[in-house]
Formats: sequence, C-alpha cells, structure tokens
Amino acid sequence: MNFKETAIIGIQPRGVWLSDRIAQMVKNITANKRIDYGKLDITFYRDDVHQTRDIQVPSQTDISFSVQDRNVILIDDVLHTGRTIRAAMDALIDFGRPRNVELMVLIDRHFSRELPIQPDYVGQTIDTIITQKVKVYWAEKDNKDEVVLID
Amino acid sequence: MSLSVKHLLGIKELNREDIEQIFLTADNFKQVLQRPIKRVPTLRDTTVVNLFFENSTRTRLSFELAEKRLSADTINFAVSNSSVSKGETLIDTVNNILAMKVDMVVMRHSASGAPWFLSQHVDASIINAGDGTNEHPTQALLDAYSIREKLGDLKGKHITIVGDIMHSRVALSNIFCLNKLGAEVTVSGPPTLIPKHIEALGVRVEYNLKKALEWCDVANVLRIQLERQHKPLFSTLREYALYYGVNKQMLDSLGKEILIMHPGPINRGVEINSDVADSKQSIILDQVENGVAIRMAVIYLLSGKRDMGD
Repeated sequence: MNFKETAIIGIQPRGVWLSDRIAQMVKNITANKRIDYGKLDITFYRDDVHQTRDIQVPSQTDISFSVQDRNVILIDDVLHTGRTIRAAMDALIDFGRPRNVELMVLIDRHFSRELPIQPDYVGQTIDTIITQKVKVYWAEKDNKDEVVLID
Repeated sequence: MSLSVKHLLGIKELNREDIEQIFLTADNFKQVLQRPIKRVPTLRDTTVVNLFFENSTRTRLSFELAEKRLSADTINFAVSNSSVSKGETLIDTVNNILAMKVDMVVMRHSASGAPWFLSQHVDASIINAGDGTNEHPTQALLDAYSIREKLGDLKGKHITIVGDIMHSRVALSNIFCLNKLGAEVTVSGPPTLIPKHIEALGVRVEYNLKKALEWCDVANVLRIQLERQHKPLFSTLREYALYYGVNKQMLDSLGKEILIMHPGPINRGVEINSDVADSKQSIILDQVENGVAIRMAVIYLLSGKRDMGD
C-alpha cells in the first residue's frame, strides 16, 4: 500500500496515544515502512482561552514535514463538542494548505456537537448527555486499555 | 496550572515552577516563530499598552512583536510626546489608558519600584520591562532560557556576570533567576561598581576578571551605564576596557570555551571587543531571538489573570 500522499497528525495531549498506535500500524503495512507522522498542540487556537480560570501550558507540536497538498488525517481520542477539532484545523492550516483533512476518533459522543464537524473514521459511537464524562485509559500510560463513561 | 503571580514585577516573586512553565511555553512559541505563519490567534481579545518612560529599542520592539505574534492589539506610549510632560501623575496616566479598555500594561520606568507601585493601584496585569536599578525580569528569563538552550539544565552551571553590577537591573534579575534554577553565580568588576554585601544574595565576588572567566561556563557581560553614574566610579573608559573589557586574547588564554552573552546595547571596545561580540562563542543574537518567545510566554501566561482579584 502507498500512503505517500497521506500524513497522520495526533492532537495533543490525549489524541497522541491513539495516533502513536495508528502510525505504527500504518508503517507496518506500507511499502517502505514509513509514514509522515506528527503531533499538534492546539492550546493557542482554543476559543475559550480567557473563559476558563486556568491558562493552559501547551504540549509539544512536532510536524517535521510539509502538509501542503497532502491528505491529512487528524486523530483524537474523544470527539465531543467539535471545538477542539475546529481549533486543530485552524492550527493545521497555519502550517500549509492540505489537499483534504479527515478526522479519526476512537469515541464519538454524537448528539453533543456544538459545531458542524463529523468524523470520517470512528472506533465506537456512543450516546451521552452533556454532564457525563468519557475517560480513555491507555496501556502505555495508565497500564490498561479502557474506556469509561462517568455519570 | 498557571503562574503563581498576577504581575511580573520581578524574578524575586517567582518560584522555580513559574520559571519552568515560562520556559516550556516559550519552547512552543519559539517553534511558532520558525513557521511561515508566525502568529497564533490566542490573544485576539486582549489589548496591551507599552508604556516606556525610559528609552528602549530592543525591549520595546521585542514586546511589541511578541504582542503582535499573539494577535493582541497594541498601543504604544513614549513619555517624550505624552501628557506626562504636562504634569500628569503615573496613576492618572495609566487609569486613563485602562479606561479605554486596555487589559495589560508593559512598563519601563527610571524609578525602581514604579511597576510595583502601579500594581497596587490599578486592576490590569503589569509586566515590568525594566525599573530603575531594580529588576528587568524578562531579560533574565531570556538569558537563562538561552543558556538552557545551549547547555541544558542550569543546575550546577557556573555563570559570571561582568561589569556594572551596581546600576544593573539585568544583574539583579539574573542573580535571582539563576539562583532559583540552581546555577552558581560570580560577579566581577571594579570594586566601585560592585555593591557592598552582595554576597548576601548568594553570589561570589571575584575582582580579577581572568580568574572569574576561568571559573565559569558562561560570561554575561553588562553594559557600562554612564547615564546612571552621577559621580565617576572609574577614571576613564579606556582604563575600564583595559581591566574589565572582554577580548579574544583573554578568552583564548582560558584553555576552555565559554559562552558569551550581552543584554545590549553593546559599547564595542569598552566592556566587550568586536572580536568577542561577533565570535562563534557569542550567543548575543540568540538572546534577542529568544526574547520574543519568552515575552510571548509571559504575556500569554499572565493574560488569564486579568479578571482575578489580587
């Protein structure tokens, strides 16, 4: 398989646990065992910078390739209101103009969207109400792979 | 997580975690500054005033650029063409500016303590861009950040500060900052320019420049500030250059390579020679570059504090 036109970008901080695994899997099936893979921090692009009490210290952004005219797949753990993805698209476009951008998430909390954003690739779609929380644990960090719905 | 202070008045009030948060945030902004689009939309809702009651080129430009890179609106104020010359007080000047919906104040003033005084009387976050002979916190942060970039963790590193320690807010802020990060500091210069009892701040004093340079990993060479000397503290600039000017011949005689810093503006041929200032060992222009990222980090981290009380 040829993923020459494709680049994978994980959204910091929690999307990168999934994107690390996806990137590794894709590498194993590509012709020359490589794929352009980066990490994107969206802190400076949030729309609630001065609405939450605590200002956020950013995580690392690491995109060491050009996104110009590429097919970029953004990856995050949970899709909820869509505001993070809106910020991620704005951040991404400051690096260049991708040919198209797709979205992959592990969990899609549908019916919770505040912006017109939908995923292209979904692990599991779940129905939740706004007061619930979805927490994803990763073996690499939390010693277990688990998704928990908290009331 | 956020800074423990509402204003950046000095390094003295910061703790180690604050400084490390500023450095981590500056790492991200440094990366932003290397992209084709060197701007983030973070502070679209913020207006910053740059109040400079004392001359400045580098610091004012650096702050202004930092604010613009964060998408903040900026207004500039220089004392020479303002109502201060008509006798308006500092508090009145600032409250009038804040009444126009300004959120943050960056201030340089020739009086030590002026930013602290202001912080007691107005609601906005104040960033000290240099006050008299007291502190110049963003300069110390960018100095330590530049050392960290070249040498890694500052813990245990040896830094010598050379020159006019008496009048230098850069020296005082650097001493506080380097001590908090675990570095060891020596000051060197003519006895008339080294304050008595400075050892109480946790620094060594070494009047012999060569010995002070042999000891250190980094030498931060300060400008001779003739404008702050109300009576002569050394006989001539030529004599000063002879004993305390850093030149290539002296650096070559050390038997090791040290980094050379200078906060600018440089008096070439006085405290530092051109063959040093322009050498590979000099990180003077890295300091200037890092200044924008550090100031972006400080403005960003303090911008969340503006609706909080004290």
